[in-house]
Amino acid sequence: MKRIYLDHAATTAVDREVVQAMLPYFTETYGNASSLHSFGRDAKNALDAGRQTVADALGAQANEIIFTSGGTESDNLALTGVGKGHIITSSIEHPAILNTCKYLTGLGCEVTYVPVDSEGMVDPGDVESAIIGDTTLISVMHANNEIGTIQPISEIGAIAKDHGILFHTDAVQSFGKTEIDVRNMNIDLLSVSSHKIYGPKGVGALYIRKGVKIKPLMHGGGHEMGMRASTENIPGIVGFAKAASLAVERFESDTRHLTGLKDMLIAGVMDSIDDVTLNGNPTERLPNNANLRFAFVEGESLLMHLDMKGIAVSTGSACSSASLDPSHVLLAIGIAPEDIHGSIRFTLGRGNTESEIKYVLEVLPEIVGKLRAMSPLAGR
Amino acid sequence: MDYSEKVMDHFANPRNIGEISDADGVGTVGNPTCGDMTTVYIRVTDGRIADIKFKTFGCAAAIATASMTTELALGMTLDDALAMSRNDVADALDGLPAVKMHCSNLAADALHAAIEEYLAK
Ligand code: FES
Repeated sequence: MKRIYLDHAATTAVDREVVQAMLPYFTETYGNASSLHSFGRDAKNALDAGRQTVADALGAQANEIIFTSGGTESDNLALTGVGKGHIITSSIEHPAILNTCKYLTGLGCEVTYVPVDSEGMVDPGDVESAIIGDTTLISVMHANNEIGTIQPISEIGAIAKDHGILFHTDAVQSFGKTEIDVRNMNIDLLSVSSHKIYGPKGVGALYIRKGVKIKPLMHGGGHEMGMRASTENIPGIVGFAKAASLAVERFESDTRHLTGLKDMLIAGVMDSIDDVTLNGNPTERLPNNANLRFAFVEGESLLMHLDMKGIAVSTGSACSSASLDPSHVLLAIGIAPEDIHGSIRFTLGRGNTESEIKYVLEVLPEIVGKLRAMSPLAGR
Repeated sequence: MDYSEKVMDHFANPRNIGEISDADGVGTVGNPTCGDMTTVYIRVTDGRIADIKFKTFGCAAAIATASMTTELALGMTLDDALAMSRNDVADALDGLPAVKMHCSNLAADALHAAIEEYLAK
């Protein structure tokens, strides 16, 4: 059976060019970047070049980039590294932020969660009014992983700067899909991940603006300017850097391609199926995210029917989560739990085609119709 | 999610979907854990379940257990149907993932509610 992957917010396939770039670093250039001999120097050169590439993609300097094991570690490092006293974040952050905040609360920090509007947007005014005397850090994600809403982070960054507070943003979903310039956006700390941009898993980075002091999470041999001990994952870093440079190179064509497919999918679903709503902001939105709510049906059933047709998506339904809790993001934008059940996230990627979207539009109305026919909620 | 082949079969091709317009008993049960719902309709002849239909708003396990419940209950005496437990249904489906066991309450409870409504008439 033909399989169609529409879950790129979860992870992506590694680009073949990225794999090619990585391969020599397993078997030939395998030195430890800390060693003084030629093997070590070759590895160090690759590390330096990778750091420069990732820095360039963010408008940063090379010595402001720390490589990590991924987005979750970057978020943990940023928050535990600078967070004390009072921290401000949003109610729709990724669990890597929310659970780190919970951890910090246990250590005596106080956390304010600013709400979002019905399209998932943070009001910078709410952030500003949450600032108190000992606020040390504001952390608001750049784009949401479930509904794709892009936050006004330049404005929030400017507010943080005015008040002399550090500003962190989790840019794991937005990196490669929206412009990022850490200087213009007043960002002090920013998390990115490789496997969301067609790079390998297990590698990411934290941008730390020059002059910002952070406490490390990992203690050891003084790697990464003393901020992240552990022998550098050179093949991973080379792959991440290659993926980042491809993302920059292909930014315009990717954006055009993804926006076209996303608009085709949303319009096609709305045309062929009744009682469907788009979750999130219609315009301030990642170009590859279509999060749609199908009234009267449950998301896990819908997901599994799509899976039987070879189509891979995700859902915010309580039934699909181990805890049986509905998505905290969809709750935060004010959707009733029974409506959250029918929410499906389609996230498109570079490799998707128009004919794949056509196929989705062919099979989806029948599946929704079948589930609605057996739903006691439909036609009430 | 690791569903058995039987669960996937009953999910993909559920038996006895629909309503019975002049049913002898109707039972609707909502699942407080995740907010799902199942309705079971029965027709009773000579103390046995002569016809049974269901509607479910829920996950694959909820749909499959409802389908299996109706299949097992069809032709049963009311006493036997009342004695049928969620474990009987889960067993008939070759088991359910632990996190999905609560879903199997829906159909059995809705069936019992339908029988009780009939008996109360
Ligand atoms: S009906 Fe919600 S988890 Fe099964």
